[in-house]
Amino acid sequence: MDFKNRDIISINDFSKEELLYTLKVVKQMEIRPSSNLLKGKILATLFFEPSTRTKLSFTSSMNQLSGQVIGFSNANVTSTQKGESLWDTIKMIQQYADVIVIRHSLEGSARLAAEAASIPVINGGDGSNQHPTQTLLDMYTIQKTKGKLDGLHVGFVGDLKYGRTVHSLVMALSHFSPTFYFIAPDELQIPEYYLDELFQKKIKYFKTSDLKRFSKEIDVLYVTRIQKERFPDPVEYEKFKDVYKIDEAFLQHVKKDLKIMHPLPRVGEIDKSVDSTPHAAYFEQAANGIPVRKALLALVLGKIK
Amino acid sequence: MPLAEKKIELSISAIREGTVLDHIPGDATFKVAEILHLGHHNGTVSVAANLNSKSMGKKGIIKIEGKFLTQDEVNKIAIVAPDATVNIIENYEVKEKIKVKSPDVVDNVVRCSNPVCMTNNEQINTKFYVVKKDPLKIRCHYCERYMGKDDLEII
Repeated sequence: MDFKNRDIISINDFSKEELLYTLKVVKQMEIRPSSNLLKGKILATLFFEPSTRTKLSFTSSMNQLSGQVIGFSNANVTSTQKGESLWDTIKMIQQYADVIVIRHSLEGSARLAAEAASIPVINGGDGSNQHPTQTLLDMYTIQKTKGKLDGLHVGFVGDLKYGRTVHSLVMALSHFSPTFYFIAPDELQIPEYYLDELFQKKIKYFKTSDLKRFSKEIDVLYVTRIQKERFPDPVEYEKFKDVYKIDEAFLQHVKKDLKIMHPLPRVGEIDKSVDSTPHAAYFEQAANGIPVRKALLALVLGKIK
Repeated sequence: MPLAEKKIELSISAIREGTVLDHIPGDATFKVAEILHLGHHNGTVSVAANLNSKSMGKKGIIKIEGKFLTQDEVNKIAIVAPDATVNIIENYEVKEKIKVKSPDVVDNVVRCSNPVCMTNNEQINTKFYVVKKDPLKIRCHYCERYMGKDDLEII
């Protein structure tokens, strides 16, 4: 499978075989963490919107493979301030690097950047649309902690309406005959069009607002933060912010080998007491960002085939 | 011919040369006129909307004097009027019937309804994939949001 020069824009662009192949390369990267694989290659990190973790983990990944990094993490220092279009910015920057990672608040920005650039572009998050490297590290974490991807019972809890990590992971896991449990208050439930897609793919799902209702069925529980910035009315936010809490008391009602994931940062959704239990997979999940990003960089630069 | 249908015929005059679009869904007549930019056409344009129709309930008819629609133009209207009939008229007679073909991709016909979509913030053409034809569901190539018939705003 040849990923050379390919853009990584949306998890929806991946077939099942491509997902599995990518995860295989991620594993290789985890086993052999550093090398000179990307020596002489330059990554441009274009962070029009701040994101400490995504930027640092891409930078660290590139450095561990002996590549170099240029870039910015504040759009105010770029010509965008002077009114330059994204198209023109990308046309310029591609002259200085071998691969681009872009994060931008506008949705579809990464797709446009990929169309402008002749070098590969990786989406580091475009508004609330896609963040494919996050989805791949979520998939990798599930595969690693559960030993498989097929036929799992996966629960999602929290803000399922706006949470892009949830939407992307639902679509990616759809290739692997899952059963889904969407746990959220009605106001924050998963949008209908995702349910339409699942219905068409004949995937079984349940919707509930009760965290305990299916807790004995679930193999992986993906917890998300209720995002304050999504609520125009602070009173509404207060109503929902503590509606679900994963704590030791809740763990009395779950499967013995349940794994709990969270894209982080967490606020109050998962109690600290859960961290030391074998259920907690969220720190390992965050650590998996490195091998995932290394794998993608090596793949699109044609260093692994 | 029953009186009601005769009235429909009479409400817009016949054309000598041009295009007649019939069987446009009642609520899509003006959208079709917008898509075809008929506001800028120099010849006579007759638009009849909300006509009673036995098979469709309400329908629209548009007659355009002096303009022969191409297959490309016809395909553009497919997203709002998939069952429209298009007749090319020459010398008051139907010269050719063009069938509307629903496209898989809609290029630069409608605007994305997502205000934070790149296409609403930089000068680029919009592009949508037709996910479902009836009821219409299209997906933006850029922001990946889905839109339905009610969200359509013509460029």
